[in-house]
Amino acid sequence: MAELHVELVAADRKVWTGEATIVVARTVSGDVGIMPGHQPLLSVLEFGPVTIRTADGPVVALVHGGFISFADNKLSILAEIAELAEEIDVERAERELEVAKADADAQAELKAAARLRVATGTY
Amino acid sequence: MGAQLRVYKRRIRSVSATKKITKAMEMIAAARIVKAQRAVAASTPYSSALTRAVAAVATGSNDKHPLTTEKKNPARAAVLLITSDRGLAGGYSANAIKAAERLTERLRSEGKEVVSYVVGRKGVAYYNFRGTAIADSWTGFTDSPTYADAKRVADPLIESVVAGSEEGGVDELHIVYTEFVSMMTQSPVGDRLLPLSLEKTAEAVEEAEAHDGKPMPLYEFEPSAEGVLDALLPRYVESRVYNALLQAAASEHAARRRAMKSATDNAEELIKSLTRLANAARQADITQEISEIVGGASALADATAGSDR
Repeated sequence: MAELHVELVAADRKVWTGEATIVVARTVSGDVGIMPGHQPLLSVLEFGPVTIRTADGPVVALVHGGFISFADNKLSILAEIAELAEEIDVERAERELEVAKADADAQAELKAAARLRVATGTY
Repeated sequence: MGAQLRVYKRRIRSVSATKKITKAMEMIAAARIVKAQRAVAASTPYSSALTRAVAAVATGSNDKHPLTTEKKNPARAAVLLITSDRGLAGGYSANAIKAAERLTERLRSEGKEVVSYVVGRKGVAYYNFRGTAIADSWTGFTDSPTYADAKRVADPLIESVVAGSEEGGVDELHIVYTEFVSMMTQSPVGDRLLPLSLEKTAEAVEEAEAHDGKPMPLYEFEPSAEGVLDALLPRYVESRVYNALLQAAASEHAARRRAMKSATDNAEELIKSLTRLANAARQADITQEISEIVGGASALADATAGSDR
């Protein structure tokens, strides 16, 4: 199966790099799925999960805004902050969700809920 | 023990105590340079990917954006100066400040009003002492800056440039920081960050990547070229500021290491010469004591010899 090269980089580190069969990300104009041979694309990402499907199962990361650019079968995902699902502390994410609920901060609540979903794999 | 000897011994003790401190600071700084260099290296993939993306938009569209449009008569320019929070780093902060002063002078001679922004306590203290106005300053993170710090610094500056001088902002943004060339060399540089020259960015990327004559791929922009550019440019500026902060931090540690190394060497030299002096003083004391004893003994012998007669 054809594969594309994926680089997921945050501002201060390289988060994940490897080969994937499809990458699904949330852009400002909706979710996009990118497979090998996609047309060159440069798009703005929204806060949300990015799913990288590889031969050994999916890699899920949460990105806090950023960009996705695809050309020459190379995909770069640039995010100011990016967290892999296994890096997220579930208990802390739960606490954050409760705090956000208590403060009635709708935006923070949405973010915390998304974070928790990514962490627990139920997005 | 002679008084002179005691004074030397005391000075040797105090210099060795100072030497221990400078030696410790030297080793701490040396350890931190490595960490700071690693942080610079870790931020490179993001900034180079971002530069590539900006170059892609630059070649793929010819949109006008406030951050890329050159003003006809720039009236006001911002200078962001990056210094350190702590001293004992040799000429590190002083050199950066001097470079900023030169840049300010040049901008003034071009008829621009200069607005100063300062990072680091040393720079703030310099401007406050001279009574020069600072538009804004940030302190407390110069030895290990994070991306959030860079964002805090860059965002108000970007806003100011977007507003333009007619609405109380600025037309240009210059950044003065100390570039980390090598362990031994760090040089202060002044760069114009904004307005950004898209052609130059595109050229730089082409040079760096050597495209083998292949043109840039024709990207599809979502939601639109302007939309992407709008989101991309502020991030690009932030990452440039972040890179400048990281390089400045690495330079600061390198400068401190060098300063502390020469302080340690000087202390060693001083201890050596003081020890020589102390030895001479001790020897002089002993010589004096011997001659006193000999003198006393011979006086006594003379006295007994006299009484016998």
